[in-house]
Amino acid sequence: MRAETITRKPRNRRRIAVVTVALSMLLAMALPLTGYIAHDAGMAWAQSDDAAEEAANPRAEYWRAVREGQDGYSAVPGAEAGVLVQNGGENWRSLRDGPLKFFGGSLLIAVLIAIIGKHLAMGKDRLDSPTGRKMTRWSGFDRALHWYVGISFIILSITGLSLQFGRALLIPLLGKEGFAAWAQLAKPVHDYLALPFLVGFTLMLLIWIPRNILRSHDFAWLRSLGGMIRKDHPQAGFMNGGEKIFFWILFFGGVALMVSGFYLLFPNLGWERETMQLSHIVHSASGVFLIAISLGHIYLGSVGVEGVLEGMVSGEVDEAFAKQHHNLWYDEVKGIAPPDKSSAAPDVSGATPTT
Amino acid sequence: MARMKFLCDADRCIECNGCVTACKNEHEVPWGVNRRRVVTLDDGVPGEKSISVACMHCTDAPCAAVCPVDCFYTTDDGIVLHDKDLCIGCGYCLYACPFGAPQFPQKEAFGVRGKMDKCTFCAGGPEEDNSAAEHEKYGRNRVAEGKLPLCAEMCSTKALLAGDGDQVSDIYRERITKRGGRPETWGWDTAYKKGDA
Ligand code: SF4
Ligand code: SF4
Repeated sequence: MRAETITRKPRNRRRIAVVTVALSMLLAMALPLTGYIAHDAGMAWAQSDDAAEEAANPRAEYWRAVREGQDGYSAVPGAEAGVLVQNGGENWRSLRDGPLKFFGGSLLIAVLIAIIGKHLAMGKDRLDSPTGRKMTRWSGFDRALHWYVGISFIILSITGLSLQFGRALLIPLLGKEGFAAWAQLAKPVHDYLALPFLVGFTLMLLIWIPRNILRSHDFAWLRSLGGMIRKDHPQAGFMNGGEKIFFWILFFGGVALMVSGFYLLFPNLGWERETMQLSHIVHSASGVFLIAISLGHIYLGSVGVEGVLEGMVSGEVDEAFAKQHHNLWYDEVKGIAPPDKSSAAPDVSGATPTT
Repeated sequence: MARMKFLCDADRCIECNGCVTACKNEHEVPWGVNRRRVVTLDDGVPGEKSISVACMHCTDAPCAAVCPVDCFYTTDDGIVLHDKDLCIGCGYCLYACPFGAPQFPQKEAFGVRGKMDKCTFCAGGPEEDNSAAEHEKYGRNRVAEGKLPLCAEMCSTKALLAGDGDQVSDIYRERITKRGGRPETWGWDTAYKKGDA
């Protein structure tokens, strides 16, 4: 056979190599197929077992089907009344009480530690030399929208986190009655605030898209972590790279949050339990994630960086702030031609024009 | 200590819904709420089977594990009860329960749920036994009167058995021995952990 030919002509190294490769490929393809042999043998075994069971109990297959969620007829009305056993609940329970709580909680704690660590290590990012001359950065509408969404998000976060972590953290503090009193308030607040929040949040996400299209200088900004790594101020337009990334996380996370929340809010529309279980997982995972990054946003927008909060409160920022953090926007507003072509793309779309 | 269990003998249940009616009447449960229901498989086809199901009073009850206000408790008899004063109507217990036992009266606008209601094994709630408050929230407390759940007592074919798990399985095993065939303690593998007599 071929192998003999090979041994008889050992000089032909090339051929040996080719055959070896071909053989190993063949083996690689054939080996997984042996699974079928084992599987078929197992099937035969299982079938004979089933056959024995069926002889003794002709309706054994009923209970297997029921165990797998097969539904029947019930005179009692209601969604899924005909389903005897719904298995998704066990998975939902272990996801919710396991990874979701553990990783969600750890993420929030890690972000808090990171913020405190950064603040202790680097302090407030101050303006180098405030000029006292102001530039208009946010219109009244932008600010109203921002605070409306922001404040409802904070209320939704506190009420939502209470439902997720309250049993572990608040019941030991408040007792069951005390916590239930709070939860009985938190749940309707969360429910009734959801729709007004949805409207405001959707509007904000849509009208701020143009300002948050990523440009090449944003990637440079991100590579230096906004100047935290290399101590300089990387180029930034009206929004810097970090703010844009925050926006897009809010965008996609927000869509997941709002869609899943919609299902949870209207159980009366007849969703099945599986839908609710899935929605709950998506809702709490995206919720905790958005809360975590919002903590970073709140820090950087308040005590972290001088001048940001002022802009969102009064609508105006110091010229020094604009130059330091949003140099391309400053140049654009002041009519200064960009120094080089690569960062010449105007990045002020959607910015409030100033006079 | 007795460990209370339900067992429905699928070879006996004739889908008369007597248990459903008995329960609804005994506890005066609100509109739209049925603590027990009968499910028929292969309805109208030769060999159809019916099962009466309500809360199975699980070992390590999933509903209790996920309740955000931790309002469930298990009695010494293994009966899973809850405190409606604490319940916030979030529906999590329904998402976790394999048997679809938790029920919610619908309240007002939107999909707002009222407080959860479920089978109590006729054992009431945390209030004083058979007080007016307990009766209004949970229905009658027959266990406190030394009686067993009414659904099983009223069952015309004695398909539905309720009581101490050991006695229930003894009765059922005796039937199987006479009837021939294999026992099918329906739902027990889901509801009760091994070793929970
Ligand atoms: S059957 Fe459902 S409601 Fe009853 S104890 Fe088990 S999980 Fe809880
Ligand atoms: S509906 Fe009530 S009993 Fe059920 S999990 Fe929510 S708070 Fe607990």
